[in-house]
Amino acid sequence: MDLNLTEADQAFRQEVIEFLNAELPADISRRVHADLPVSKEDTEFWHAVLHKRGWLTYNWPKSFGGVGWSPVQQFIFEEECAAAGAPRILPFGLKMLAPVLMAFGSKEQQEQWLPRMCDGTDWWCQGYSEPGSGSDLASLKTTAVKQVDHYVINGQKTWTTLGQYANMIFCLVRTDSDCKPQAGISFILVDLATPGIEMRPIRTLDGGQEVNEVFFTDVRVPVANLVGEENKGWNYAKYLLAHERNGIANVGISGQKLARLKRLSLTQKRGGKPLADDPLFAARLARLEIELRNLETTNLRVLDGFSKGAGPGPESSMLKIIGSELEQNFDDLTRRALGRQAQAHTPEVFEPGYNGPQVAPQDMANQSAAYFNKRKVSIYGGSNEIQKNIITKMILGL
Amino acid sequence: MDFQPTEERRMLADMIGKFIQNDYPLNARLAAGTSALGYCPEAYSTMAQLGLIGALFDEEVGGFGGSGFDIATVFTELGKGLVLEPLNDTALATGYILAQTDQLKLVEQIILGQKRVALGLIENGADYDWGAPETLARQSGAEWHVSGVKTCVKFAHGADAIIVSAQTPSAPGISLFLIEASTAGLAEHPFQTVDGGNACEITLHNTPAQLLGVEGAAYPLIDAAAARATLALCAEALGLMERIKDMTIDYMRTRKQFGSVLGKFQALQHRVAQMLLEIEQAKSAVINAANDLQAPSDERNRAISAAKYSIGRIGCAVAEEAIQLHGGIGMTWEYDLGHFAKRLVMIDHEWGDQDDHLMRFAQS
Repeated sequence: MDLNLTEADQAFRQEVIEFLNAELPADISRRVHADLPVSKEDTEFWHAVLHKRGWLTYNWPKSFGGVGWSPVQQFIFEEECAAAGAPRILPFGLKMLAPVLMAFGSKEQQEQWLPRMCDGTDWWCQGYSEPGSGSDLASLKTTAVKQVDHYVINGQKTWTTLGQYANMIFCLVRTDSDCKPQAGISFILVDLATPGIEMRPIRTLDGGQEVNEVFFTDVRVPVANLVGEENKGWNYAKYLLAHERNGIANVGISGQKLARLKRLSLTQKRGGKPLADDPLFAARLARLEIELRNLETTNLRVLDGFSKGAGPGPESSMLKIIGSELEQNFDDLTRRALGRQAQAHTPEVFEPGYNGPQVAPQDMANQSAAYFNKRKVSIYGGSNEIQKNIITKMILGL
Repeated sequence: MDFQPTEERRMLADMIGKFIQNDYPLNARLAAGTSALGYCPEAYSTMAQLGLIGALFDEEVGGFGGSGFDIATVFTELGKGLVLEPLNDTALATGYILAQTDQLKLVEQIILGQKRVALGLIENGADYDWGAPETLARQSGAEWHVSGVKTCVKFAHGADAIIVSAQTPSAPGISLFLIEASTAGLAEHPFQTVDGGNACEITLHNTPAQLLGVEGAAYPLIDAAAARATLALCAEALGLMERIKDMTIDYMRTRKQFGSVLGKFQALQHRVAQMLLEIEQAKSAVINAANDLQAPSDERNRAISAAKYSIGRIGCAVAEEAIQLHGGIGMTWEYDLGHFAKRLVMIDHEWGDQDDHLMRFAQS
C-alpha cells in the first residue's frame, strides 16, 4: 500500500492548478468562496470553459467522450476545483442523467442528448420527489398514460433544484398502478416548453430560491422520450444512486472549508486572543480535520475499488452520509467562528461599489444563510435515513 | 420546594399567549423583521400597555415583578410566539442599569413603552467579551465625551438612547455612559439580522455623554444586567423549543411514508424521544438560572452559564434535528419551523455561545 501521489499525479495536479489560474475569473471564484448562489450565466460560462478543455465530462467513460482519468486524478481535479472556488459542475445532466442514458438509453437518445448537455444547449433538472413522496419515492403518483405515440403526464413534482433555469427535466412517472409500486415506474425525458407545465418557485428558509414545484397538466411527451423499458424506471433510478460516487462526499469542498476556517481562526478574536488559541474551538476544528482525513482515504478506497470492478455496494450511501454531515459540520463551525457577526444578514456588502461597514469579515457575510441552506444536504438525494436503510438492507441481507 | 408557577405568573403567561394568538401572527412578525426598524412599534407599545415590560422590573423602580421567574415567564411565552419585539434588547438590561443608577424617570418611560434604550457593549463582533472595551471616555469640566465603535448593537436603530461601556483615563475599571440617539457625533449603520430584526454599528466621535453610576465601577452592574439578558434569552429559547417540539410531534403523527405515519418508525421514535428529554434538561437549566438570579454574583453567574451552555448545545441540536425529521418541508420559508430554528440557533450567538459559557462555568 502506498498513499503517496505518483510524479504523474503531481504533474497532473499542477496542470489542473494552472488551468484554473488561467481560466477561472476572480469574481466568480469570490462568489463561490463566499457561498453565494452562482448565476445561470456564470454556471454556463464555466461549463463552456471546461467543455472546451474536454474536462466537463471528466467522470464519463472514454467511449462516451470522457478523459480517461484515474480515480485519483478525478479526485485531484475535484479537490483543486473546490480550492480555486470554481462553480460546481451541475450534476443533473452530466452526473445523473448521463450515466442512465449510457447504460439504458437507446443509441439515438445517447446521440441526441449527451452532446447537448455538454455544449450548453440543455440545462437539465430532476423530477423525482412529489409532495406525498419524499423518502418513500416509490409511492409517486404522477401518471404517464400512453396514447398511441405519446405519453400524457399529469401530476406534481417538487424540490426541483434550479428548475427555473432548466429547459429539460427527467422524471420518474407512474405507468402502472396495478402492481408493486416500484414495478410501475418509468423514466422519461420532458421538454419544459411543452404546453401544460408550470414551474413555481419555493422559497427556502434562508430566503433563497433554488428549488421549485413543477405541475403537469395533460402534458404530451413523445414515446421516443421514454428511457429504457416501460415500468423499469425504478431500476434505473437505483442504478444511478448506487453509481453516484464522483464528488458525492464533497471532500474537496470540505477541504476548502477547513482551510478557510484555519485562516479565519487566526484573525477572529475570542477573549481578546486569536480564536485558534481557544481550546474548545481548537478541539472542534481538530475533530473535523481528523474526520476529513479519514473520509479522504475512504473516498479514494471506494473510487479505487470501483475502478477495479467492485460493487455496486453500499459505498455511495456511506460517502453521502459521511460527506454531507461533515460538510454541515464545517458550516456549523464556520458560523460559530463568526461569533456575533454570524447574526448579520448583509447581502448588500457583495453589491458592486458597496463601501459601507463590513460587519462580518470579508466574504463571510453569507455564512449563516449558508449554514441554514446546507441543512438540505442530509435531506436531498435520498435522505441520510434512507441511505442508512440502503446500507443495512445490503449488509444484513434480511 | 414548589415547581408550580404562581397564580399571577400563570395569568401573565396566559395573557401573553392570547396576545400572540390574537394580535401577533407570524406573517406580520416576518414582515416587521425585514422593515427598516426591524420590529413592530405598535405591537411593542401594546405589549408595554399589557404590562409585559413592567413584569421585568421590581416594584421599587415602578415595575411589578423583576424576579428571575418573572423574566423567565415572559420570555418563554414570547419565544413560543417567535416574538421579535426588543423587550430584551432595549428594555430589560438597559432598564436594569438605569434603575441601579437612579435614572427612574427613564425606567418609567421604558416600562410604559414610551422609550427604548439600546445597549452597546461589544466592539469586536467575533468576540463575546464585554469586559474590556477600548472605547474611551474623557472628562472636560463637568462634561464627558466618548469615542469608539460599538458593533452588533441590537435594535439601536430608532432607539431613544444608547448605553455604552468605555474606559476612562483616570480609573482602572469600566464605566457606563448614556447617550441620546440624536446627539451630534453619534453615527449609526443599521443592518439586518439573520433571524429577523436588526442591529447597528455605532460610531462615536467625541460624543457628549452622561456618566451612569460611579466612574470605573460598572463591571458588577454590567454583569448583573448580562445575567438578566442571558436568562431572558434562555427562556425565549425554551419557548421556541416547546413550539418546535409540538410541530415535530404533530408532523410525526400525521406525515405518512411507506404506508404509515413517520412516528411508527422506531429509528425516528428514538430521535424524537432524545429531543424531548434534551428539552426537559434545558427547561431545568432555565429554572435553575431563574432561581439563582438573586443569588450572590458567583453563584448566579454559574447558574446563568450552565443555562446558556445547555440552551446553546440543546437549542442547536433541536433546531437541526427538527429540520431533518421534517425533511424538505422544514427547509421552506412557508413552513413556520425554519423561522423558529433560525432564531434558536442565533440565540447561541448572543451573550456568549455554548463554548464561551462552558469555559466561564469551568473557570468559575
